[in-house]
Amino acid sequence: MAQEGKIGIVGYGSYIPRYRIKLEEIAKVWGADAVAYKRGLMLYEKSVPAPDQDVITMSVEAARRAVVRAAIDPIRIGALYIGSESHPYAVKPSGTVVAEALGATPDCRCADFEFACKAGTEAMFVAYSEVKAGVVSYAMGIGADTSQGAPGDALEYSASAGAAAFLFGKKDVLATVDFTAAFMTDTPDFWRREHAFYPSHGSRFTGEPAYFKHTLGAGRKLFEISGTKPEDFRFAVFHQPNGKFPSRAAEMLGFNKKQYETGLLSPWLGNTYSGASPIGLTAILDVAKPGDRIFMVSFGSGAGSDGFVFTVTEAIKGKAKLTPQTRPQLDENKFYLDYGQYAKFRGKILMAGH
Amino acid sequence: MRDVAVVGVGMNKWGELWGTSLRDIFVEAALKAMDDAGVDRIDSLYVGCMSPGLFVGQEHLASLLADYLGQCPIPAVRVESACASGGMALRMGWMDVALGLHDIVMVSGIEKMLDVDGAGATYALATAADQEFECYNGATFPGLYAMIANAYQKKHRIAAERFRDQLAHVAVKNHANGHLNPNAQYRAKLTLDDVKNATMVADPLRLYDCSPITDGAAAAILCPLDLAKKKFKNHPLVAVIGTGAATDTIALHDREDLTWLRSTEVAARQAYRMANVEPTQVDFAEVHDCFTIAEICVTEALGFFAAGKGGEAAMAGDTALKGKKPVNTSGGLKSKGHPVGATGIAQILELVLQLRGEAGERQASKARIGLAQNMGGSGGSAVVHILKAL
Repeated sequence: MAQEGKIGIVGYGSYIPRYRIKLEEIAKVWGADAVAYKRGLMLYEKSVPAPDQDVITMSVEAARRAVVRAAIDPIRIGALYIGSESHPYAVKPSGTVVAEALGATPDCRCADFEFACKAGTEAMFVAYSEVKAGVVSYAMGIGADTSQGAPGDALEYSASAGAAAFLFGKKDVLATVDFTAAFMTDTPDFWRREHAFYPSHGSRFTGEPAYFKHTLGAGRKLFEISGTKPEDFRFAVFHQPNGKFPSRAAEMLGFNKKQYETGLLSPWLGNTYSGASPIGLTAILDVAKPGDRIFMVSFGSGAGSDGFVFTVTEAIKGKAKLTPQTRPQLDENKFYLDYGQYAKFRGKILMAGH
Repeated sequence: MRDVAVVGVGMNKWGELWGTSLRDIFVEAALKAMDDAGVDRIDSLYVGCMSPGLFVGQEHLASLLADYLGQCPIPAVRVESACASGGMALRMGWMDVALGLHDIVMVSGIEKMLDVDGAGATYALATAADQEFECYNGATFPGLYAMIANAYQKKHRIAAERFRDQLAHVAVKNHANGHLNPNAQYRAKLTLDDVKNATMVADPLRLYDCSPITDGAAAAILCPLDLAKKKFKNHPLVAVIGTGAATDTIALHDREDLTWLRSTEVAARQAYRMANVEPTQVDFAEVHDCFTIAEICVTEALGFFAAGKGGEAAMAGDTALKGKKPVNTSGGLKSKGHPVGATGIAQILELVLQLRGEAGERQASKARIGLAQNMGGSGGSAVVHILKAL
């Protein structure tokens, strides 16, 4: 795949709910070894959506911020795609509400995407590709989730909430998309059947044959087609189901901690599924300088990875401060829940009339 | 009865073999054993396997494997005695050859355990305990061996810190050996602190006190010793000079002494008598270290160390590769892995490699007589074999 020109991100935004629960609080309820979880998975706390927040509301927040940074009239957005595995409706798009809230309707293509945690980057790729194909002038790709983890399951320690939105265009590009790569196989490591409230997973099968095979596969492919090496990048960001997997994958690909720590939010954010690597990318764009190159690889169970190489341009200057930035959303104004409040917020309490 | 020799052994790299089916794992190990022996036909097949039905939904296993090995219509049978299935398969194969029924006999073991999740594997393994009186009350094997460990510490009046050290030394030693075994599942070396600070599983047993869940297979070729002397000259000759098997109550709570593995003691006594050797004459051993406490108890029941002294021997380095009585030179179940049905046969493979002097970096300095002890459940069955380099 050759150099793909100057199409890229013209605006970006993130949204992280202010509510948190500490890993110890969850472990206490289940009699689990919090110290072992923290050490083994590098997880300390996770975000929790408020009772009235979902993929749509978080996507609206992130998308509005992207539009502010792009400084365009939202009516010019010709396509909007949201990748998530927790769309509020099984049938009825999330994207129509978001597009309506942005003021992008009616001349706007729209569909919701699902590919476990990879749906967000797929939405980004399709949005980028439609701009590249000349079908639309601007297209929005969003990754957002209010992830589900069954009570007592290992996923409960990580499944969190957040959203990131990227507006792609040809003019005033903040970060060009230089190369893309995909690596996908049919690997059933994690799934949720229709009508099932919580996902199922293959325990250790989610590691080597799923996350690492695809993340490293896409990463190596990206190096190959872009003719780059780890040292060519200032930043690298990966899908982050916990702190351990992305750190290990990054180091296996040859990146050092300085390169991957900016985008690694999961130890304090948890796993935002479709939002995970996209929110990490927003944290990088908040601090990136013109000329910086960014290496990104997502992962979604089922299983596949998308890879992107971005180069930051002069147009990035002054953009970060236009809306709330990602790291402050993660670090500041936090409200800690106990498990009882968390259970209420996440609808885990059986109420009268349900 | 005819004397019996082991003329071929083979196993594959053990681990999480997500991409390989049960039948393919078996065929790979079986062909290696046949290549090692230099045969292309076998006369009968014994397959040690604990629970293919629960792990992969496949029964009628021995016929399936004989077919995929291209050996139909030979007689083939699956042998089951929980985690001692492999050792018991060897004993059945030994009988077959010794009694003169067949000349070239494959004894093998296999388990494909990772096609189910952790809960599924725990359930399948727990069927080796007493369902009515242990499992229905919530016991699983880590819990049962933890009870053995606690009873051992109390009976022998060992300070908690000292006992923790003893258990840790077993794990560290077996991982040091497994580090030298290219077929081992977990080859990482461990420190005492790694073991002592690992995640608690069932007090006092922590993560590195427990053997892992593993996919793997192993196979060996037996034949009459006379035939081996005439036809199988590729390797130094190794003979099976002793075999013994015994049972105990399957439920741990029915035993007079939780810390004494009577089935191992009785099986070993039979094997020693047949081989006409004393425990002191055994140069090295592969024993069933499904948990670190198990290795300590087994080395006592085999007569290597006095009751209550197995842990001290481990701490003193007596059971290390360079010690007086090397135990689990392969890495044992702890490091090499524990695909339950295959374990007993892999122990024989290690004995044969050591006795031939083909164990590479982990070769014991003196290896003329080796012993293998394989155990089912919490000791409800045990099988012991003694092999000798001729």
